[in-house]
Amino acid sequence: MKSLGIVSPQSMHFSVPLSLQSGASLCDYTLVYETYGTLNADRSNAVLVCHALNASHHVAGEYAADKGGKKSVGWWDNMVGPGKPLDTDKFFVIGVNNPGSCFGSTGPMHVNPASGKPYGANFPVVTVEDWVHAQARLADALGIRQFAAVMGGSLGGMQAMAWSIMYPTRIRHCVVIASTPKLSAQNIAFNDVARQAILADPDFHGGDFYAHGVVPKNGLRVARMVGHITYLSDDDMAEKFGRELRNGKYQFDFGIDFEIESYLRYQGDKFSEYFDANTYLLFTKALDYFDPAREFGGDLTKALAGTQAQFLLASFTTDWRFSPERSREIVQALVNNKRKVTYAEIDAPNGHDAFLLEDPRYLNVVRSYYSRVWQEIENGEFNHKACA
Amino acid sequence: MNFNELSRLRADLAFIAHWVRPESHVLDLGCGDGVMLDYLQSDKRCIGYGIEIDDDKIPVCVGRGVQVIQQDLEAGLAIFADAAFDTVLCLSALQMMKNVEGILRDIARVGREAIVSFPNFAYWPHRVALMRGRMPVSKSLPYEWYDTPNVRCATIKDFEELANQVGLEVLECVALKDGKPVTFLPNWRGSLAVFRLKKK
Repeated sequence: MKSLGIVSPQSMHFSVPLSLQSGASLCDYTLVYETYGTLNADRSNAVLVCHALNASHHVAGEYAADKGGKKSVGWWDNMVGPGKPLDTDKFFVIGVNNPGSCFGSTGPMHVNPASGKPYGANFPVVTVEDWVHAQARLADALGIRQFAAVMGGSLGGMQAMAWSIMYPTRIRHCVVIASTPKLSAQNIAFNDVARQAILADPDFHGGDFYAHGVVPKNGLRVARMVGHITYLSDDDMAEKFGRELRNGKYQFDFGIDFEIESYLRYQGDKFSEYFDANTYLLFTKALDYFDPAREFGGDLTKALAGTQAQFLLASFTTDWRFSPERSREIVQALVNNKRKVTYAEIDAPNGHDAFLLEDPRYLNVVRSYYSRVWQEIENGEFNHKACA
Repeated sequence: MNFNELSRLRADLAFIAHWVRPESHVLDLGCGDGVMLDYLQSDKRCIGYGIEIDDDKIPVCVGRGVQVIQQDLEAGLAIFADAAFDTVLCLSALQMMKNVEGILRDIARVGREAIVSFPNFAYWPHRVALMRGRMPVSKSLPYEWYDTPNVRCATIKDFEELANQVGLEVLECVALKDGKPVTFLPNWRGSLAVFRLKKK
C-alpha cells in the first residue's frame, strides 16, 4: 500500500504561558508537529491524532534515511496515509508531540528559562487535560476551529476523550482505541514499579542527570521491560517465546536463559538509548491521574454529559492492560447520555499492542467510520460555521 | 433507505417496521448488517443502537451510519438502563440464543415495548418433514440438524407462554409467509412468527 513517503516535522513556539492543572505553568514552550494531507477551504477536514506513552508527532510517513541508512517510519503508518483507514487524500491529519516528551516539544531535557539549566526534575507535572489545552492552542494557530475527528489509542485515546469533554463544540467525532476512563489499581501499580526503577537508579541524580553527563539506563530498561509485559498477552508471549531457551540448555547462572528474557532485555536496551527518564516519569503520571469522572463523584455518565461528538470505540479481547470492560464502561456512559456511539470488540491475540497492528477487522471498522465522516463533509451534514 | 428498498431487501422487516412508531428510541438485538435501523433512522427519524457479534457486519453497519455495539447477546444487556428504549427489536435472533429466558427478561427490563420474531417450527413443511421422520430443512430453517446455529425451536403457541412468564404481554401476534401476514391457520401456514409485546 502507498505511504506518505518522506515527511518532516514542523514546530511552533508559544510565548503565552500554559496554566497547568497542578497550579504551575509552562511559560515559553514549543510544540513539534507533523501534518499530512491538505486542509480544505472550509477547514472541515482536520483530524488530530494523539500519541501514547512511547510515541510522538511522527504518526505516519517516514523520515529521510539517517547516516546509518535507517528510515524512521511513523508509529501509526498502517492507519494513516493515502488510501489508508484515515485517508490523507481526504483528511488533513495532524500529529502533535505533547509537552514533557523527549521527541522535540518542550520537555525536561530543555533549558528552563527561569534557571538557565535543563528543567530535569523541575519540569512541571503535566496531565492529559494540560496536553489537550496545548493541542487546542496549536489548532487555533493553524486556524482549525473544529476537528472532524480527534483520535488516539491508549493514552492517546484518553486525550481524544478529554477533547470531547473539554472542547465539546470543537470536535465532531471522537475515536478512542484500546483506552480506559481511568487506570485501575493494577495499572497504577505497574506504572509505579517502572517509576521506582528509574528513581532508584544512581545515574538518575534526582532527575538532573543531564548535568552529570549520564543517563539512568538501568532504570529505564527495567521500566520498559515492565511496561512491555503489560502490552503483550499471555497467549501471545507463549506463542512467540514459550519456554524456548537461548542456547538450548540451562546456564545455571543469571544471564539470559530464556528467549523471553533476551527479547525483553533487547527491548529495554533499545528503549533506554532514545527515551528520557524524566519523560517516562511524567507520562506515567499523566496516565495515573486521568479520571474525568473524579470531579463528578466517580459518575462517568455525568462526566460525559456535556459531550456533543459522535464516538467510535474499539478494544481488543486479549488486552489486559486496558481491557474491553474498560471500553464498555465508556460505551455505557455514552449510551446513558444517548450519544451516538459505535463499539467494536476485536478478538485479537496481541494484547494491548493490537491497536498498533494490522488486523483487517479493526482497520475495516475505522476505515468505514472515516468514510462516514468524509460523507458528512461532502454532504455538508454539520454546522459549517463551527469550523471557520 | 426508504420503504421500497427495505421491502425489496427484507419483506419481513418491512412488515415489522410498521409497528415501530416514528421518532422512537430503538434497540435492535442481533441487528446484522443494520438494514432495519438504517430504515428506521432515515425514514422514521428513530434513534438507537444495534447489537451485533459478527465481525464482518460491524463495518457494514458503520458504513450505513448505524450505531452498532459489538457484543454477544448471551452476555445480557447490562450496559442499558431500565426502560431506556421505546422499542426493543429481536428479529430472527432468539432461536440462536442459549439463554432465551434471560434475554427476554432483559428485553422486558430495558424496553417499554418489544418486537420479537423467530422461525415458526410448526410451519407445515416442518411438520411434514417430522412426520416423514426427518428434521426440517426449509427456506426459514436452511440448516442441517448438525450445523444449525438455531439451537431453539419454538412454535407460536410455545412462545406466548414464555412471554407471559417473563413479564411481557402479547399485544399482537402475526405469522408471516414471505413477508406477508397469514390469517388462516397461522401456526400451520406462517414460517416466521412475529410478536408485538408490551411490558406488563
